[in-house]
Amino acid sequence: MRDPHYNFGYLDERTKRMVRRAILKAVAVPGFQVPFGSREMPLPYGWGTGGVQVTASIIGPHDVLKVIDQGADDTVNAVNIRRFFQRTTGVATTERTPEATLIQTRHRIPETPLAEGQIIVYQVPVPEPLQRLEPREAETRRLHALADYGLMHVKLYEDIARYGHVSTTYDYPVMVEGRYLMAPSPIPKFDNPKMHMNPALQLFGAGREKRIYALPPYTGVQSLAFEDHPFEVQRWGEPCKLCGATDSYLDEVVIDDRGGRMFICSDTDYCGQRRAQAKSREAA
Amino acid sequence: MYVAVKGGERAIANSHALLAEARRGDPAQPELSLEQIKQQLRLAVHRVMNEGSVYDPDLAALAIRQAAGDLPEAIFLLRAFRATLPRLGYTLPLDTAHMRLWRRISATFKDLPGGQILGPTYDYTQRLLDFSNYSSQAVAERETEDAHAPRVVDLLNHEGLIESHPVPEGDPDPLDLTREPLAFPASRATRLQNLARGDEGFLLAMGYSTQRGYSHTHPFAGEIRYGLVEVELVPEELGFPVVVGEIELTECQMINQFAGSKTEPPQFTRGYGLAFGHAERKAMGMALVDRALRAGELGEEVKAPAQMQEFVLSHSDSLEASGFVQHLKLPHYVDFQAELELVRKMR
Repeated sequence: MRDPHYNFGYLDERTKRMVRRAILKAVAVPGFQVPFGSREMPLPYGWGTGGVQVTASIIGPHDVLKVIDQGADDTVNAVNIRRFFQRTTGVATTERTPEATLIQTRHRIPETPLAEGQIIVYQVPVPEPLQRLEPREAETRRLHALADYGLMHVKLYEDIARYGHVSTTYDYPVMVEGRYLMAPSPIPKFDNPKMHMNPALQLFGAGREKRIYALPPYTGVQSLAFEDHPFEVQRWGEPCKLCGATDSYLDEVVIDDRGGRMFICSDTDYCGQRRAQAKSREAA
Repeated sequence: MYVAVKGGERAIANSHALLAEARRGDPAQPELSLEQIKQQLRLAVHRVMNEGSVYDPDLAALAIRQAAGDLPEAIFLLRAFRATLPRLGYTLPLDTAHMRLWRRISATFKDLPGGQILGPTYDYTQRLLDFSNYSSQAVAERETEDAHAPRVVDLLNHEGLIESHPVPEGDPDPLDLTREPLAFPASRATRLQNLARGDEGFLLAMGYSTQRGYSHTHPFAGEIRYGLVEVELVPEELGFPVVVGEIELTECQMINQFAGSKTEPPQFTRGYGLAFGHAERKAMGMALVDRALRAGELGEEVKAPAQMQEFVLSHSDSLEASGFVQHLKLPHYVDFQAELELVRKMR
């Protein structure tokens, strides 16, 4: 049920237009961070204000919205953001990845492959992949302009020299169409390959840092690596305890106070669907 | 078998109910009225208006009550509301020289035209808890007279020893930080906007650092004034300015020593602070930081945090800081899982 005290999607129409202009520019220059006049939203900075502003600016009354946090639809922050959009837009929501036209996410890309026509909106805390190496923004802007990414390559090289492998496990930097270095947001590097040539439109919103960037459908996205040290994703020695999946990202759950633990899918919809299918196969 | 905890929806609803109860306290006690907050916690109201960037004592009082007195939370509430307000027009520049003064002091001149007016200040109170205040206290009514006086720095600058700031050619519109993102390097007008809504504690600490050797700027409090200033607007259909109301303001002009540079003779430079309501700590901290941030323009070496634009301006906002620090409370188990795997691999 939509709250009539607020405009559809909370933001006023002029603000939405401003955000959509930034999105269009971002789509036109994949991987480039477009500054935008980020507004104060009724949820705190760092909790998804960028993603919320992007979603609020593009959502329409016929959209079907899915919101996930850590891959799950029922974590408190996902619930809170979904309720915010139910209250301010009244649109239909779903937990099913294929049914959603619009997916807002924090820290994961769903396991079920996305399709053409879908849009996925990432919440981004730190849009600048070089920030931890060079905190001055005037300087990182220059480095992007010159496509001078030596700093990052040196960092990865030093990791390999010191540990024998790259020590970045999430928010693993990617190159977009060989031009812009981009932060994929803190998704595990397990999800990085899903960005490459994805048929869905991928939008990234950083509210506190006031930046929007995008990957149009079928954009080439390469995780940084060296010829002799290729990019690798996480693997687990066991399947999901609940659905038996061997191809999904697993969370480790502590089950007792004696160090007992099990591994289950982080994507709750994927896990639930697999279990439902197994059940119906058993019945048949 | 163990199944991961579900039910975020119900947990949130329960949390809201607990919060409402905790906020209200003992229902046998009467609830604070907004008028009481406005009158008796006026300095809290002023701070919320300042950092909330809206001059509206009623809304600030409402926010303070809703936030149970947590001022950064009240500031957040006001900001989020502010973001939904349409921009109706722009007022004319305020003329603080025509302030109806309640307080005006200068630390640089013993006596000056218009005099020193102590006004309402905690400065010369002895900070002894007043136990007679346990029960309510009657206050004698006093007649107050509003004074007017020109600004000290304008008054005492016949020799031209203090830098002046003429209105720049064409009087260009400043950037509106609430509509446009901050970009570096930022102009002084933009920096002052950022500082005006910056966290008081942050500005205080940054200003303090300049007094302790991290970019010493030899400051003197040239003038601090607090009072009422008229706000004027030119409605399009009238074409002449109309006073739409008065607001309370605190203004601080800090005067700083300057040894001179290749192009400028030795003279006094200025740092500027302006705040809604009565907020001297804020205005003074702001003036110190403003002056420190002018290092580049004045040819001083930039080496201390208070002189670094990106350091100061990117970290001054309590909403941004509080949000990002506290977002660590959100679940991070996907990232943590990735790190866990890494640490196991590295051992």
